[in-house]
Amino acid sequence: METIDDTRKTTAGPKPKRYVIDLTVNGDPRTVVVKGNALLVNVLRDELDLTGTKKGCELGDCGSCTVLLDGIPVDACLVLALEADGCDIVTIEGVAAHGELDRLQATFVDKAAVQCGYCTPGMILSAKALLTKNPHPTEPEIRAAIAGNLCRCTGYVNIVKAIAAAAEIETAATESGEAR
Amino acid sequence: MSETVKQDHAVIGKSVPKIDGREKVTGAARYTADLKFPNMLFGKILTSPFAHARIISIDTSEAEKIPGVRAVITHKDAPTLKYGISPARWDENIFCIDTVKFVGDKVAAVACIDEQTCYKALAAIKVEYEELPAVLDPLHATDEDQPQIHPEFVRNINAEIHQDFGDVEAAFKDAHYVRTDTFVGNRTYQTPIEPHTATSMWDGEKLTVYSSTQSPHYFQYYIAREFGLPMGDVRVLKTYVGGGFGGKLEPTGLEFGGAILAKITGRPVKMFYDRAEMFAHNRGRHRQYMTITSGVDKDGKILGVHADFVMDGGAYTSLGIATAYYAGAMLTLTYEFDNFRFDMLRVYTNLPACGAQRGHGAPQPRYAFEAHLDNIAKDLDIDPMDIRILNARRPNTTTPNEFLVNSCEMKACLEKAREISGWDEKKGNLPKGRGIGVATGSFVSGAGYPIYRTDLPHAAAMIKVGEDGTAATLYTGATDIGQGSDTVLCQMAAEAMGYTYEQMKIVAADTETTPHDFGAYASRQTLMSGAAVKQAGEEVKAQMLEIAAEMLDFPAVDLDIREGKVFSPGNASVTLTFEEVARHFFVNRGPLVGKGSYTPPKLGGKFKGAAVGTSPAYSFAAQVSEVEIDEETGEINVLDVWDVHDCGTVINPALLEAQVHGALFMGLGESIWEEVKFDDKGRILNPNLSEYRIPTAVDMPVVHSALVDSYEPAGPWGVKEVGEGATLPTMGCFRNAIFDAMGVSINSLPLGYEKVWRALKERREEGPAE
Repeated sequence: METIDDTRKTTAGPKPKRYVIDLTVNGDPRTVVVKGNALLVNVLRDELDLTGTKKGCELGDCGSCTVLLDGIPVDACLVLALEADGCDIVTIEGVAAHGELDRLQATFVDKAAVQCGYCTPGMILSAKALLTKNPHPTEPEIRAAIAGNLCRCTGYVNIVKAIAAAAEIETAATESGEAR
Repeated sequence: MSETVKQDHAVIGKSVPKIDGREKVTGAARYTADLKFPNMLFGKILTSPFAHARIISIDTSEAEKIPGVRAVITHKDAPTLKYGISPARWDENIFCIDTVKFVGDKVAAVACIDEQTCYKALAAIKVEYEELPAVLDPLHATDEDQPQIHPEFVRNINAEIHQDFGDVEAAFKDAHYVRTDTFVGNRTYQTPIEPHTATSMWDGEKLTVYSSTQSPHYFQYYIAREFGLPMGDVRVLKTYVGGGFGGKLEPTGLEFGGAILAKITGRPVKMFYDRAEMFAHNRGRHRQYMTITSGVDKDGKILGVHADFVMDGGAYTSLGIATAYYAGAMLTLTYEFDNFRFDMLRVYTNLPACGAQRGHGAPQPRYAFEAHLDNIAKDLDIDPMDIRILNARRPNTTTPNEFLVNSCEMKACLEKAREISGWDEKKGNLPKGRGIGVATGSFVSGAGYPIYRTDLPHAAAMIKVGEDGTAATLYTGATDIGQGSDTVLCQMAAEAMGYTYEQMKIVAADTETTPHDFGAYASRQTLMSGAAVKQAGEEVKAQMLEIAAEMLDFPAVDLDIREGKVFSPGNASVTLTFEEVARHFFVNRGPLVGKGSYTPPKLGGKFKGAAVGTSPAYSFAAQVSEVEIDEETGEINVLDVWDVHDCGTVINPALLEAQVHGALFMGLGESIWEEVKFDDKGRILNPNLSEYRIPTAVDMPVVHSALVDSYEPAGPWGVKEVGEGATLPTMGCFRNAIFDAMGVSINSLPLGYEKVWRALKERREEGPAE
C-alpha cells in the first residue's frame, strides 16, 4: 500500500499519514486517498457517492450499512477503509445488472417487503450472501441470515417471504387471510 | 355484519407494487442524509451532561479558533421564543438559557467543514454548570420538597385532567362486582432506523429545510414562528424518510439550530443525530402508572370505569398534552359502558421529553384495561372471549366521552379471532406452559381537530394531467414515511379519475410545491388526504367528461372513464382514450387540473379536552396470541398471533397487511423487551441498538391476519385507519396469554423473562396451589 508521507508540520504536530487504497466497487476500479481512521462506510458514501449504503447506528448493531466484502456481508461502519484495500466490494448499487432488477430486488418489491426502505439495501445484501452460499435455505436459515439487519417497519414477515420467493422455497412464515 | 356497499373498483382494492419500490431496492432512493449541496457544512449540537443544572457561563472562544470551525452558537444567537404543541404549554427553547433540564438538553451548536471538526469544536466549548437536584421519580415529582423544573408549572404538574361522564360512583354501587388493579408501563423509543437529519440553507430571506419529517407543514409553521418569517419564506420538504412512528413529528434542534448556523455562515448546513443522540432527544412513549377500577354486573357487563393515571412527561411538553388526553379518551372505544371517569397527571421530570409514539398514549392504558378485564373474567369465572363479546361496541353508537362511532365490527372481529385461532378448542386444553390470550384495540382515522389552532383544511390535493395525457401527477402534502401513502393516494387518484395507477406520478410533502396537508400522524392520511385526493380526481374526471362529450357529440351523463378509457356504458361504439381527451383538453382549454380539500365535520362534546380522540372514523381490532413459557427461565415464546381488523374498505391489501405486521412487531418489542433505562443521574443506560432490544427476524411469531367486512360512511370509498390500531391490543394480549399459561399476572411492561421468572418463583415460595 502506498503511503503519502507529508513532512509539513501543522500547529497541532505532524500531519496524519494518508494512504492510497485500491478498491473494486461494483466492478469499478477505484483509487482513494484516506486517513488511517477512515471507515469504509464513509468512503463509500462521501468519497464515492454510493449513498445506497445507509448509516443507522455506526456501532455495528443495525446492519443498515451491510456491503459484501469479497462476498462476505460486513457492516461497513466496522471496517476501516484500509482493511478493504485490494478487496472486491458490492454495494446495493451493484446488485441490479444493467438496470435489470436482481431476483431478490424483484421479490422484495412483489412481496411488499419494503416500507421506509432504510434497512432494505443491507437486508438485500445479507440475503444475497445467503442465497449465493445456500440457494435453497430453510426459513430458520433465512431468519438467521438477516438477524443482524434491524427493520422497524415490517416485522420481517414480508422480508422473509421475499427471500423465500427468490430462493423458490415454501415458507410458513405467515398464512395471512387474503383481504376478504 | 355491516351493510357493505359493494363497488366494482378498477384500481383500489388491489395490491399494486409500491410506487417507490424500485428506487428503494436499488439504493437510488435518497434520504435526507444522502443529500449533498455545494459548499455544505456539517453541524452538531452540544448537549447537557446533567439532568438538571444552572448554566453559569458558556465560553466558545477556544472552539471558534479551531481551523475549520465556521460558527459556534448558543442561546444568545437564537430567538428566545418558546415552542411546543400548544400555546399554554410552550416550554422549550431552541437553546437553554438559564438551566438545562435533562441529559441531552440543547446548549450550543457548531458548524464546521467536516464531522470530525465538529467533535473537536464541541469538546472545546467550555460550559460551567452548577448542578441542581433533579426530579427523576415521576411518582414523587409533585411532592413539596421536589425541585421545581419550570417556574411557571407549580409542583412540576404539566397537565392535570379530570373528566367525568355519567355517574361512576352510582355504577359501582349498583355493580355485582367491583375490582381495582394497578399497572405500570414502560418508556419506549420509536427507534426509526434512519437517524434524524436536517439540512438548512438560505437564499436571501428565504429558508429551505430538507428534513426527515413526518409533517413538513407543522415544521414550516413552527420554524416560521420562531424566526418571525412569513410561512411563504420557509420551505420544508422531505426526500425519503426512514421511518418515524411519531418520533419525527415535531421540529428539533436540528432544524432550528441548522437554520441559525446556515444564516450566520451563508452556507448550507447539514445537522444530524447519531443513535445515542436520537435516544437523548427521545420523544418516545410515556411511562404511565395506571390504576383502573371497574364495576360489572353478574354477567360481566361493564357498568362503569374509573381510570386514574400518572404519566412521566420528561422535561418538556413536546406533544405530550395530546398523549395525556388520548390515554384516557381511547379507553371508551372497544367496549360499551355509560359511566366513565378519567383522572390524569402528566408530570415533569428531568428526563428526556416524551411525545407521540404509534398508538399515541393509548397502548399502555389498553394493556392495563385488557389485563384488568381478564382479572375480572377470572374472578367471575367467565371466558375472556365471552366477556369481550358481551361488552363489544356496536356500530352507530356514541361513547360516554361523546365520540361518534359509525362503522364498528368489534364483535365480528372477536368472533372471527375466536374461530381462526381455535380459541374454544385451546382455552383450558393447552399443554402445561402454554396459554392463549385475547385483547382488543381501536384507533382514530385522523384527529378531528388540527395539530395546532388553525382553520386550514386538514388535507388538500391537486392533480395535474400531462399535456398529452400519458401521465398525471398528484401533488399532496401527505407524507410517506414508509407506510405507503404515496402508493395508496396514487391508487385513489387513478380510481377517481378513471386512470391507471401505472401512469401516476407523485410530488409529495413539499410545502412549496404541494398543497397543505398536516402530514403523517394519528393514522389520518388514507381517510383525510384520501378524501382530498378523491375530490381532486373527480374534478379531473368531470372536466374530461365534459370535453369528451363535445368531442363525441354525446351527452356527458352517458359517458364514463375507467382505467384510461372513455366509453359509454350503453353504446360500445363510443370510445376514446384518456390520452386523446386529455390532449384535446390541453390544446383547447389549457392545463387540466383537479383540486380537492378535506375538513372533518364538527365533532365531539363541549367539555375540557373534548377534541382529543375525536375522529371521523375508528378502526377496531381483536388479537389472540398463543405463548409458551419456559418455567425454568421465564422465557416468553410467542408462537402465533391472530389479528382480525375492521379497517373499512381496503385500498391496497398487501400494504395493509404489512402495516398490521409492523404494528404487531412494535407491540411485541414493547411487550417483552423494550425499555429506555436511566441511572440515578438521569443518564440513559442503553442508548444503542444492542442494549435497547428491538425484535430481530428470529423473534417474530407466526402472524395470521384477517379482516372483517366493513364500510365506513365518513371515509372516501369507505376507508379507515390501520397503521396504529394494530399496536394497541398486543401488550394486553400477551399479558393475558401468560396469565392463562402460568396463572401469574405481570403488572408492568415490558413483561420480560425476569418478571415472569420472579412471579413464578414468588408463587412457588408461597406454597403449593390449592
